[in-house]
Amino acid sequence: MSFELFSNLVGAFFTLAIFSFLYKDNPLYQMSEQLLVGISLGYSFVLSYERVFIPFFWQPIVLKHQFILIIPAIIGAFYLFRFSRKLSWLSRYPIAFSMMGTGASVALAMHSSILVQMRQAMVPIENFNLFLIFLGTVTVLLYFFFSKAHTGVYGKFVSIGKWFMMVGFGASFGLTVMARISLLIGRIQFLVNDVFAKIF
Amino acid sequence: MKKTIPLIIVIAGGIVWLLWVFIPHRVMADDFYYKFYMPWARAMAPFAIILGVFSLSMMHTAKIRRRAPKWQYSYFFFAGFIATSLAGFIGGTQKGGLYMWMFENMAMPMSATMFSLLAFYMASAAYKAFRARSAEATVLLLAAIVVMLAQVPIGVKISKYLPNISQWILDVPNLAAKRGIMLGVGLGSVATTLKIMLGIERSYLGGD
Repeated sequence: MSFELFSNLVGAFFTLAIFSFLYKDNPLYQMSEQLLVGISLGYSFVLSYERVFIPFFWQPIVLKHQFILIIPAIIGAFYLFRFSRKLSWLSRYPIAFSMMGTGASVALAMHSSILVQMRQAMVPIENFNLFLIFLGTVTVLLYFFFSKAHTGVYGKFVSIGKWFMMVGFGASFGLTVMARISLLIGRIQFLVNDVFAKIF
Repeated sequence: MKKTIPLIIVIAGGIVWLLWVFIPHRVMADDFYYKFYMPWARAMAPFAIILGVFSLSMMHTAKIRRRAPKWQYSYFFFAGFIATSLAGFIGGTQKGGLYMWMFENMAMPMSATMFSLLAFYMASAAYKAFRARSAEATVLLLAAIVVMLAQVPIGVKISKYLPNISQWILDVPNLAAKRGIMLGVGLGSVATTLKIMLGIERSYLGGD
């Protein structure tokens, strides 16, 4: 048996172990699930050591003698006090440091989610599609405006937004299902072409 | 000391970050961002990863110690974690080593299969949810069917107009709905970040 076939057989075993959940929850699936969590954690742990710890912690402090970085290292170590009952408040310091970035996200969210979207929405209504987009955007926004009761003519106008959202959710659902189906096709192709075809 | 200083760090740092967006001066762009914040944040990052490893390991240790339901499977978590970590630290992360072999032949097939399983569950959930009990559900179902059929060869065989209709759904009503939602999300996130910056929202600091 070649090494490639052996590797594919291992992959096929775990693929079928996960698929076995379609029948019912079983020990093989449980085992594979926990193994996947463990391997994923180990994978990211080693990768973080190599790509974060060595270049941004070890090399600057030990090799380049940037001793000022010992201060953030100590603050970062405070994360581990999360498990202490008495000293868990120390873990708020590194959290606070990372939360500083929210200041930038005020302006950045305003730019990307509001100003850019508004600029794209405020175009001359030259055809029916552009009119529909304008109508849909306004009615969807009004649908989430709860300071005025959704009754009467206003309520009927606002409910147009609900229809636009239903079409939008349907389209998103369809795209998501197709993405999952393509993954399923990939797994079946792997089983048929790379495993069964080479065995039989 | 326990809550006030972290709050002051968030508020003062938040104002500096806000200024960083609007002031393209060397002091902000270079001294603050590249020389101070990035190296400091990166020096702290490894501990956040260690926290994650500790947290998950402690959870599984407690599960084994308490003989909680399905505790036996926690040994597989440790087996996977220890084997991958050792393979990476001892054998290296290059292609051809045990570390990458485990990732390519164990983790990748399992995670891809896990996601592909969702195709079955989404289909059955959709059947239960949609069953066209209302006009809105019917519209949702129709939009989903058109978009799905337009992506497979059989869709074009049913009607040559199907791909165009699907593209129109994505470009017009879908765009309008997503834009409205996006504007709402934007307003919500600006409000939330302002609440954090002003010290009104403090839940991220935890209790006590």
